[in-house]
Amino acid sequence: MSDKTPRGRARRTLWWLTALVALLAAILGVGIATGQAHWAPKLALDLEGGTQMVLAPEVSGDQQVTPDQLDQAVEIIRQRVDGSGVAEAEIATQGGRNVVVSLPGVPDPATRDLIQASANMEFRPVITAGPYEAVPKDQRTPTKDFPKPTAEPENGSDPNWITPQLAAEFEAYDCAAQAREQDREDLPADKPAIACQPGDEETGQPGVKYILGPVEVQGTDIAGADYGLVNTATGVSTNQWAVNLTFNGQGSDAFREVTQRLTPFPEGDPRKQFAIVLDGTVVSAPQSNAVITDGRAQITGNFSEQSAAALAEQLKYGALPISFSIESEQQISATLGADQLRLGLVAGLIGLGLVAVYSFFQYRLLGLVTIASLVVAGALTYLAIVLLGWSDNYRLSLAGIAGLIVAIGLTADSFIVYFERIKDELRHGRTLPEAVEYGWARAKRTVTASKAVNLLAAVVLYFVAVGNVRGFAFTLGLTAIADLVVVFLFTHPVMQLLAHTRFFGGGHRLSGLDPSLLGREPLYQGAGRIREFRPAAARTAAAPAPRRAQRSAKEAARRQTIAERRRAERLAAVGTPTDPGTPPADTTEEQK
Amino acid sequence: MSALATWGNELYTGKRSYPFTQKWRTWFTVAAVLLVAVVGLTLARGGFNLGIEFRGGSEFTVSSVGSTETAPGEEAVAQAVPDAEATVTNIAPGTMRVQTDRLTDDQTLAVAQNLQGAYGVGQDSVTSTFVGPTWGADVSQQALIGLVVFIVLVALLMALYFRTWKMSLAAVIGLAYVVAVTAGIYGATGFEVTPSAIIGFLTILSYALYDTVVVFDKIRENTEHNLEETTRTFGENVNLAINQTLVRSINTSVVAILPVGSILFIGALLLGAGTLRDISLAIFVGIIVGTLATIFIQAPLYALLRRGEDRIRANDARVLARRGAGEGTPEGTETVPA
Repeated sequence: MSDKTPRGRARRTLWWLTALVALLAAILGVGIATGQAHWAPKLALDLEGGTQMVLAPEVSGDQQVTPDQLDQAVEIIRQRVDGSGVAEAEIATQGGRNVVVSLPGVPDPATRDLIQASANMEFRPVITAGPYEAVPKDQRTPTKDFPKPTAEPENGSDPNWITPQLAAEFEAYDCAAQAREQDREDLPADKPAIACQPGDEETGQPGVKYILGPVEVQGTDIAGADYGLVNTATGVSTNQWAVNLTFNGQGSDAFREVTQRLTPFPEGDPRKQFAIVLDGTVVSAPQSNAVITDGRAQITGNFSEQSAAALAEQLKYGALPISFSIESEQQISATLGADQLRLGLVAGLIGLGLVAVYSFFQYRLLGLVTIASLVVAGALTYLAIVLLGWSDNYRLSLAGIAGLIVAIGLTADSFIVYFERIKDELRHGRTLPEAVEYGWARAKRTVTASKAVNLLAAVVLYFVAVGNVRGFAFTLGLTAIADLVVVFLFTHPVMQLLAHTRFFGGGHRLSGLDPSLLGREPLYQGAGRIREFRPAAARTAAAPAPRRAQRSAKEAARRQTIAERRRAERLAAVGTPTDPGTPPADTTEEQK
Repeated sequence: MSALATWGNELYTGKRSYPFTQKWRTWFTVAAVLLVAVVGLTLARGGFNLGIEFRGGSEFTVSSVGSTETAPGEEAVAQAVPDAEATVTNIAPGTMRVQTDRLTDDQTLAVAQNLQGAYGVGQDSVTSTFVGPTWGADVSQQALIGLVVFIVLVALLMALYFRTWKMSLAAVIGLAYVVAVTAGIYGATGFEVTPSAIIGFLTILSYALYDTVVVFDKIRENTEHNLEETTRTFGENVNLAINQTLVRSINTSVVAILPVGSILFIGALLLGAGTLRDISLAIFVGIIVGTLATIFIQAPLYALLRRGEDRIRANDARVLARRGAGEGTPEGTETVPA
């Protein structure tokens, strides 16, 4: 393998390509064998059928949604959708401003509401707490036996909020069932409400249900939240995680009032707690141990780093209640999707066939190189798409298929640029092996530059595209890369090898590289077209009487001069100086 | 093939040459007339035919229907939503499209159900789309951002690659023309403008420039030593490059357009309006306009931009003077005296 000839290098390059394809195929093979991947590309909703919603965030005032907040919103929507039992839902941000939700089938109105609802965070005082499960039916207290409120409630923690009806409801309330149903109507803000806090498997903390007082601090009054290790007064770090919470002015006032009321309650009284409620679910119910006057609270407890981070995220989220409006919603029937996939593939095959026919027409058997290159590019693209489907859940959409088909032509373009360069070199009188090398030296620059433009366009399109057309940009970019790989690692080495075969190197009539057609004997061809081509006629006439020829066609004279110069250059290249002696030599040739 | 090969050879050697740069006034006039015509027609038609994504509304597609009558569709909508205006069209064999004003979720479900009954198809065959009125505007805004970002980046890329900002400028001006004319053709013919079509427009940018880069590369090669040039003016050098790459331009455009045409054909004929048709139509039109623009606008424009440079002007004068003098001496012109 230390062969330094072009053929030796070509073989080595082809081995590299084979190794690359084999490697990708092997990775995929392992994936399929272990059941993690599938040989067919994953299909997007528009081909598989289902519902796709594009949601735009609605923010209060002129606030902007940051990517961070959008990610949190996606997380929340994902939890809601997963909770509602829809399998295989996909939720993703798009273009840094929208959220795209893709669901199989048609969502029921409840799921739809769930997706659109804003995340609503509120702080409510705890009035009483109870077990997560409902009291079994036969053990429940009859409604009339509950004590009636003795007075109008004075503050949020007042047990007078609890009516017999509420108490009965509380007893019968089954948190586990509620969580499954996800009937997530917002709790009335000015009334007491029942809410649950699911258990934490990590810490072994059981789930709790609460009766909560009216809302006392809104989530929007949170200025920020973070988490960290608790420091003692001397600045020594303890090993305890805590969530730090900051309120804005209004929130600070409200929170001071709450803590003033809650802190005096004795240890163990549920009323010492306040509940942080997100989307109707209690995410945390810390005790108030001190009156917070400056709006800077610290929540400590049984936190792990992870749970502290999660709570801090949720609190931050509460600072910006994002609700979503559906900008577009598409329900695609599976039949239509299947039809479109089939017709899309048919269109691709027809396109490929037409390109093949045209290549054969234009380049004779060189067309085979084009087709083979396209096949290799196709194989690379296919492997990439399937592997991306496995690793990143990439799904092929109809627009993506359009991108693939459009790419057939764009990919074939780079071969044409190369072939035309080879022809140019042959016209200069080089042998085919030389022409393949010289042509490549020039074509590779052009191909790289023009592919860079394609790639740039694909990347820009990908990042700004909204809706399902993103797949188009993606496949366009992917194929631009595949094209570059193929031109460098396949087309060029194959041409190097072919240049040394008798069929191509010898310039067989069907090889597409027949020198007699490429101007090694250009004058013979020119002479054949005398009648149709006036300047040529003028030129043959110009040999005996050039003056007349020039007068009759000044334009022609200029063209001839260019032709002469080319030939002169060629002669100069082999050592003959450009001198007035050159043209007569050509003229004689011309008259052959 | 032999005729084409001969033609290619003649273009390459300069034996046959089309005056792309010399006749720039003619081409620019034709281009301007074309632009004015499509813009005028667009205005006369009252602007673009915007898709439902821009107007907002609900759209249903019923596939594999037996009858393509519009009456059942209208009735189906009227029964569910009495005061809704419904437009029912047969967009492809066996496919009906029903467009209405914006419906609520419940109304959408009801209409979808009625349509299944009206056309005797299963639930699987009815597709519904709801689009808010801001959706299309959103897409256009994003597309506009994309356009600007792309042009800035690509202008930089080309300026770096070609080491002259004038090529960038010529390319970008030509690009603007391609986009304007393609959009104008959309407006003039009343093709529906949808978000997919807009993405198609953006793809044209990439193709139009791809083609330009290939031709400009050859121009750069030909004009690299222009100042030592004795036979051709700068413009003639550029013109030779265009002619030399003409066969390639034709071949790449044909090859690019064949697959696009096949999607367009299949998409429009068998599927009716949709992603496939909208993307491919824009690209189809764009490739043709883009290829022509490279040859007739961008390359001649580049020659014009450079023509005024002192050194080039001086050299051109020298070349022309020599040629003028040569005309007197019969053998001289052909042989290019040193």
